[in-house]
Amino acid sequence: MADISRADVEHLAKLAHISMSEAELEKMTGELGVIVDSVKTVQEAAGEDIPATSHPVALTNVFREDVIGHTYTAEESLANAPDAEDGRFKVPAILDEE
Amino acid sequence: MTTTPHSTDLIRLTAAEMAAKLRAGEITSVDLTQAHLDRIEAVEPTLNAFLHVSAEEALTTAAEVDKIRVAGGAEAEKLHPLAGVPIAIKDLIVTKGQPTTAASKILEGWMSPYDATVVEKIREAKLPILGKTNLDEFAMGSSTEHSAFGPTRNPWDIERIPGGSGGGSAAAVAAFEAPLALGTDTGGSIREPGAFTGTVGTKPTYGGVSRYGAIAMASSLDQIGPVTRTVEDAALLHELIGGHDPKDSTSLPEPVPALVDAARTHDVAGKKIGVIKQLATGEGYQQGVLDAFNSSLDALREAGAEIVEVDCPSFDYALGAYYLIMPSEASSNLARYDGVRYGTRVLPEEGPLTIERVMGATRAAGFGEEVKRRIILGTYALSAGYYDAYYGSAQKIRTLIQRDFDAAFEQADVLISPTAPTVAFKMGEKTDDPMAMYLNDIATIPANLAGIPGINVPAGLSDGLPVGIQFLAPAKEDARVYHAAAALEELLGGKGEVIWQQIPDLASSSVDV
Repeated sequence: MADISRADVEHLAKLAHISMSEAELEKMTGELGVIVDSVKTVQEAAGEDIPATSHPVALTNVFREDVIGHTYTAEESLANAPDAEDGRFKVPAILDEE
Repeated sequence: MTTTPHSTDLIRLTAAEMAAKLRAGEITSVDLTQAHLDRIEAVEPTLNAFLHVSAEEALTTAAEVDKIRVAGGAEAEKLHPLAGVPIAIKDLIVTKGQPTTAASKILEGWMSPYDATVVEKIREAKLPILGKTNLDEFAMGSSTEHSAFGPTRNPWDIERIPGGSGGGSAAAVAAFEAPLALGTDTGGSIREPGAFTGTVGTKPTYGGVSRYGAIAMASSLDQIGPVTRTVEDAALLHELIGGHDPKDSTSLPEPVPALVDAARTHDVAGKKIGVIKQLATGEGYQQGVLDAFNSSLDALREAGAEIVEVDCPSFDYALGAYYLIMPSEASSNLARYDGVRYGTRVLPEEGPLTIERVMGATRAAGFGEEVKRRIILGTYALSAGYYDAYYGSAQKIRTLIQRDFDAAFEQADVLISPTAPTVAFKMGEKTDDPMAMYLNDIATIPANLAGIPGINVPAGLSDGLPVGIQFLAPAKEDARVYHAAAALEELLGGKGEVIWQQIPDLASSSVDV
């Protein structure tokens, strides 16, 4: 079993901004261990001299003219916002302070 | 006096036949669209293939096409061959005026301010859009059981799953709710549901169809493609949606190849078809699947094709590489759902109300279990100290898989394998075992990692359930998979085995639900 602890998963969940209950953390730790064990075999075949592929059909220098295309009005952009005020997105406190 | 075909007969035509009847003025698009809407109303309580039905909009488009046809002249001449033939869109593809949810609570009620490029093309060609089809949340799954809005059932056996992630599109097409649909394929999400529902589905060459407006899961793997009942229909739809799009920087500059021509040529004499050793044997493959596969090989051989075996040793690592690359890209792509600019916002039940805590609560409530699992796995694979060992190694495997394909295509024009190791499984059978679910994709994943085209074509039944065969071709050679698939479809159909016509009558089976 891969050495993924409950504390690791708790940290990952924090990085990923997903609040998790104790039960969820417990379950996820077990599942992640099994999955990582199955996928880590890739290391066996990944020799030093093999180049990495990030894109299957690579293109280079994809440019476009530097002109303004279609733009959205503030109203359109805010139409789906959970909360808005004065033509801006409204969010709760950004800093964890009183 | 002309006789109007009964509406239940109309929906059982192929898209090409529907298009021909529309052009000949034998039927109207309004009647054709209404027939599909009636079918949707009748079977949706059983299947749940649609998340949203846009009847009014579809009928408006249909009436427009009819009006142009009746008026005749240059405008009628200019109509796209598929104009007036209705279509369903996987709800991962954004549409203006209809909700797009990705089958996730986090996007419930969201209205896209723009159309995907493929949707723009469909609107331009005047195909009535029937609605948005169900999927695994954010296309993460192989059974459509991970939809936040309930699973879709397989019309061949409603106790079974229709495959995933595009189970909604596949079930809708198989059950005659729509003759055409769009899907997306990241690791097999068009082809595996095709295999499980007896439908045809293509994953085009990466970049062959614009991804602009497809909600991203894994950007280097995702590809939009057609879902239909026949190979010719798939080619017709593929030609409509394919081609270069400046809005997608990974879009290929080449024009879309002549796919319909390829789908209408059935001669395989002298063609070399490579059986991938790693994907045709071994454990996990059901006997019924192997039997249908071997019968297909026999039929192709009889028609003059040369069957050769090819060795792709790196495929043993494909599943591992995929389940590292896909979640890594997904964890990054899904970071945008934070409850700030759009989508659901959920406040934490207790404690201070900071943006951090609101994001945590929003994503906890908005994402389902499988999405969370993949985000956490991806975050792990990309984290400092593991990046080289996991993500880096997986990218190297990708190179090896491409090399295996390159070598295989030196020996064969197209490659062949079963599309999935099993037929459609029972609902709930694999939901508690993520690894068992992931193994469904074993045969479809290599094509996504290498960016090459693949097609599923129905090849028989095993205990009354469809078995699918997959053809693969080199990048940008999509025409080859259409040619091979059309040939096999013709060879099997010639023996009276048109799979999609053998689907049991859903109306009678739904009585027991």
